[in-house]
Amino acid sequence: MCLAIPGKIVEIDKKKQSATVDYGSGTRRKANVSLVKVKRGDYVLVHAGFAIQVLDEKEAQETLALFREMLSLQEGA
Amino acid sequence: MFSLRDKNLAEDIVSQIKKAEVHLKFMHVCGTHQDTLVKHGLDVLLQKCGLEIGQGPGCPVCVTTPKEIEEVIVLAKDGKTIASFGDMIRVPGASSSLQQMKGEGCDIRTVYSIEDSVVLAEKHKDKEVVFMAVGFETTAPTTASVLLRDPPSNFSVLCCHRLIPPALQAILDMGEIKIDGFIEPGHVSTIIGAKPYEFISKDYHVPQVIAGFEPLDLLMASWMLVRQIQQGTAIVENEYSRAVDKGGNQKAQQVIKQVFEPMDVKWRGFPIIPHSGLMLREKYASYDARKRYEDELGWLAEKEFAEPAGCLCGDVLRGLISSKECPLFRHQCTPETPVGPCMVSSEGNCYIEYLYSKK
Ligand code: SF4
Repeated sequence: MCLAIPGKIVEIDKKKQSATVDYGSGTRRKANVSLVKVKRGDYVLVHAGFAIQVLDEKEAQETLALFREMLSLQEGA
Repeated sequence: MFSLRDKNLAEDIVSQIKKAEVHLKFMHVCGTHQDTLVKHGLDVLLQKCGLEIGQGPGCPVCVTTPKEIEEVIVLAKDGKTIASFGDMIRVPGASSSLQQMKGEGCDIRTVYSIEDSVVLAEKHKDKEVVFMAVGFETTAPTTASVLLRDPPSNFSVLCCHRLIPPALQAILDMGEIKIDGFIEPGHVSTIIGAKPYEFISKDYHVPQVIAGFEPLDLLMASWMLVRQIQQGTAIVENEYSRAVDKGGNQKAQQVIKQVFEPMDVKWRGFPIIPHSGLMLREKYASYDARKRYEDELGWLAEKEFAEPAGCLCGDVLRGLISSKECPLFRHQCTPETPVGPCMVSSEGNCYIEYLYSKK
């Protein structure tokens, strides 16, 4: 139930605080975006119909590199 | 989207954990973590490296008490429309389950979001719609956000939201099992950030790592805990930085504070845990099903409801036993014939074990 699924914001209806989120492979659904500050193109985590956080794309892309760096630091210690 | 797969890196992490030659016990509190661990065989793999990782009370449906289920059953029998998430509806209560009540003609609706139940109330002004609000810090802001937007007056909430950090403290205080480190739930943490966990590391000297849900996330989090233990440190680290900001989601925290206040509540398998639940503030009393239907629900206040006969969900939720150690597991208790909530919910330890483990 605490499951949250990442998706990309493709359209925002500011008045209704809702957005269309694309989850890939053709699945699109509306999500409430009142808890986050988003713009079109942002990746968000959606839980129970609400976007709960914006994903940091840069951080995501660097995750593996960061892991490797941490491991090699330890190895060298 | 952000695929986090790298076999070589996974092997490197595992070999470093192995090299550490430790024997440690970690706890996580999230059904999605358990799903990743068991589905990918990481639980077995890490056990071979000296790490035992078990699930604590991290399934909101499972920790909801028999009394709370009885409350919605009473309201359903009284003609209210009950809306909740799917798993909740199938959990057996002391007298019946919502699913059974539906079969008997009560108006029970499965919803995907609290917003669906508001739409239901708007469409059917003649009905009284009660949303059974279960869930941890991840879900609480969705309830708060809806109540802040003046939902219709025929809508109310039976609040069963609970908070993770007080439960972690309760487990440590009870002292029934040794815990060398906590893997903290990523999605709860997107909301609350790192700070609410800090007292645990400070006061109990237990290391913690906030983790994501890919296999690599959990391997990395385990490795980070091992590293802390080897270095003798106990702090809150964030492995899931692509989704969790250390300060959390401030907007969500603010709506939670605006709508709810903390209260002492019982969790299934636990005694009352101080400040571990949320209740609606006085300002939102008209949406509080417990106040609104006091006449119907008041008599339940002093009553106790037993756990299903033979079910060891309480012990599973406290991390004392694995699902397989329950004599009913796979015999009387299966996903088709669940005896307790841990076999119903997709986040329940027994369900996940049943789903992936061999006979
Ligand atoms: S196997 Fe069934 S009866 Fe046993 S603890 Fe799990 S849910 Fe309860």
